[in-house]
Amino acid sequence: MMFEPEDLQTLVGGVAESWNITNNGKVITFKIRSGLKFHSGNPVRAEDVAWSLQRVVKLNKTPAFIITQFGWTAENVDGLVKATDGNHVQITITEDFSPGLVLNAMSAGVASVVDKKLVMSHEKDGDLGYDWLKSKSAGSGAFSLKTWKANELVTLEANTSYRHGVPGMKRVILRHVSEPSSQRLLLEKADVDMARNLTPDQVKGIQGNSDIAIDGYPKGTIVYMAANAGHPILGKDKVMQALRYLVDYDSMANSFLAGQFVVHQAFWPAGLWASLETIPYSQDVAKARSLLAQAGHADGFELTIHTLTNSPFPEIAQAVQANLAKGGIKANIVTLEGKTLWPKYRAREHDIILARWSPDYVDPHSNADAFAHNPDNRLEAKLTGVLAWRNAWADDASNALAVKARNELDLDKRKQQYLELQAMLQKKGPFVIMFQQNEQVARRKSLKGFVSGSNFDLVFYRNINKK
Amino acid sequence: MDQSATSGQKTAGPGLALPSNLVKIIGVISSLSLTFIGLTAITFVIGRVMPADPVLAIVGDRASQEVYQQVFLQLGLDKPIYVQYFRYLGQLAEGDLGTSIMTAQPVAEDIKRFFPATLELATIATLLGIFIGIPMGVMAAVHQGRWLDHIVRVIGLIGYSAPIFWLGMVALLIFYAKLDWVAGPGRLDVFYDGIVEPVTGVLLIDAALSRDWEIFHNALSHLILPASILGTFALAYIARMTRSFMLDQLSQEYILTARVKGIPEWKVIWNHAFRNVLVQLITIIGLTYASLLEGSVLTETVFSWPGIGQYITSSLFNNDMNAVLGGTIVVGVCFVGINMLSDLLYRLVDPRIS
Repeated sequence: MMFEPEDLQTLVGGVAESWNITNNGKVITFKIRSGLKFHSGNPVRAEDVAWSLQRVVKLNKTPAFIITQFGWTAENVDGLVKATDGNHVQITITEDFSPGLVLNAMSAGVASVVDKKLVMSHEKDGDLGYDWLKSKSAGSGAFSLKTWKANELVTLEANTSYRHGVPGMKRVILRHVSEPSSQRLLLEKADVDMARNLTPDQVKGIQGNSDIAIDGYPKGTIVYMAANAGHPILGKDKVMQALRYLVDYDSMANSFLAGQFVVHQAFWPAGLWASLETIPYSQDVAKARSLLAQAGHADGFELTIHTLTNSPFPEIAQAVQANLAKGGIKANIVTLEGKTLWPKYRAREHDIILARWSPDYVDPHSNADAFAHNPDNRLEAKLTGVLAWRNAWADDASNALAVKARNELDLDKRKQQYLELQAMLQKKGPFVIMFQQNEQVARRKSLKGFVSGSNFDLVFYRNINKK
Repeated sequence: MDQSATSGQKTAGPGLALPSNLVKIIGVISSLSLTFIGLTAITFVIGRVMPADPVLAIVGDRASQEVYQQVFLQLGLDKPIYVQYFRYLGQLAEGDLGTSIMTAQPVAEDIKRFFPATLELATIATLLGIFIGIPMGVMAAVHQGRWLDHIVRVIGLIGYSAPIFWLGMVALLIFYAKLDWVAGPGRLDVFYDGIVEPVTGVLLIDAALSRDWEIFHNALSHLILPASILGTFALAYIARMTRSFMLDQLSQEYILTARVKGIPEWKVIWNHAFRNVLVQLITIIGLTYASLLEGSVLTETVFSWPGIGQYITSSLFNNDMNAVLGGTIVVGVCFVGINMLSDLLYRLVDPRIS
């Protein structure tokens, strides 16, 4: 399953030509497109599809949870995911999940179909080709991986037998240029065609260049603050409401975040199915002070904000620090590298975290499961992948609605339930959701056709052409 | 009395040179082993006691506790730190530096790719420092207090104190973006990538070996600017130190004697004074070269130069400890190697040193 660059809103078949869902939503049968070939020349078979899913479950690396949540384990997956004949694959889910959710999850990179024959020819010590595939490709998509030099260069080569036709460019070269200023110089000198990591200042600087265009792509990444509900003050709903009213969202979005982040206040990003795009909060210091007084903290209090070292997090933290001061809250800022910050967050050792979150796949369940669903709030439960758990917050109503929406078979009802859930979390809970990323891509005007979707694995090069 | 001859007789006795050499070799090997163990032990312990979690570096922050625990055990983190360290040493003894989390490649392969890039850059930068910095320093000392001396001192001050990051960006803006004299960031233009078969990993050498002069010129054009920027630092340091050493020598009585004897001034400077600062200069050059081999991170960042400094730094930020340890070992070996080379050169330029 996949989203195509021509329509990022509609889920369509990739290797699957069509699919059939049983009435109870537990069994989905995919018909595999005939005539497809892997880059190696091997035919794409139903067996490859089933094996690719089984392989992910058996390897059980972190992204495997995207499909193991359907009840698949290394022991049962061979029976639950199987090729029924040469061109049909049947999957059975043991959990009560909406088939819509299952199909959406199948669009994630982890559910990609790989060439069993090729991968297994490189298997070492029963690793199902894991080591080999780290720096190689074995798919049937628009491009194959020609060179993989981590931190340096990736070269993609067009697949001339791609089912949508030959891609516009024979080769796409991705170069790692860590310094944004260097990216800008390369782009201005036409030594590269596109730069994807320019800072707002640099974007502003090249806007007058008639050879360069700036495109914006809404991403799924949201920036949020989360408070530890185990904190004696931050655990109070009125205090959290006060925080939401103290933050000056617009001022940040219109100044140092200009163009790269927009105000967004729901856990599911705007522009996607079932997203809630209302903006209920703007800075209202009087209201925030009143809420703090009602919570018994009219004189304010002191807290620590932990955040990442990379831009824009320190800048946002400083702005928030100034905002909170207006409510009498003294915020201390500690910036840490992600590898040091995440262990603190997962161990609930924070007051407030300022961080980002991106969905793992394009279904609201991906974020609802993180923000709104915490079935076991005990410390020893260690549901460390769940943001609500990390913030020691659990709510029966939120849990129930998250499960209901996850399992709902009717698409319209499911959508309403997610809208309701997002509205609920705007009013209660440990999160102050602030912004959504807008990726700014600067390109030479001679290059057209690049598309960047909401998730990191939705980047499309096949329509690119240079004139 | 010849001190070394005396000590040689005491240690080995007449006609028994081999045991004396053997003692020296054993000394060198012991010293190297201790350095190596110290280096790996300190880096390993720092990596383990850092507040960053090596498991999260692999599984990502969203991993479930089950996946986390699985990798925790795979890495042997449940074992005492000394057991982990000896296990790592065992791996090293087999030539296995482990796999990098960041690049998903064996660390040894990464080093083979990244180190030659830094070697190329640091070598050219050091050569610039030697061939420009030494004459500058000598001239400054000879013309002490005059305009030439002031110019050299100002250049030295700028080269030593200007942030290399800023210097790099300005140089790119002027010589690449505005004047178009040199190529931009990176080691090669992208369309040349992969054409030359890597033999040494040093592009200039590999291109010359394959007689591909177009790629040679392109690589040289990419190399000139970062090497010059890095060379500015080397040049400034070497020039300042040369000036200082030369001033010291030029004020010695033997120089006055030489001048009184009517020896031409250039001979007094280069044959008498300069020869006597060579040992100190070798030390300075060795240290500069070694520091450029591991400390050119900022230059590598500005110029997108895929070198070992950037590799170690980004590995450290990603808590990729196999890569950090592997990189540290390489840098440590370089330091030791350069020190040994310096020792050999001392003996060549000053026969009094045994």
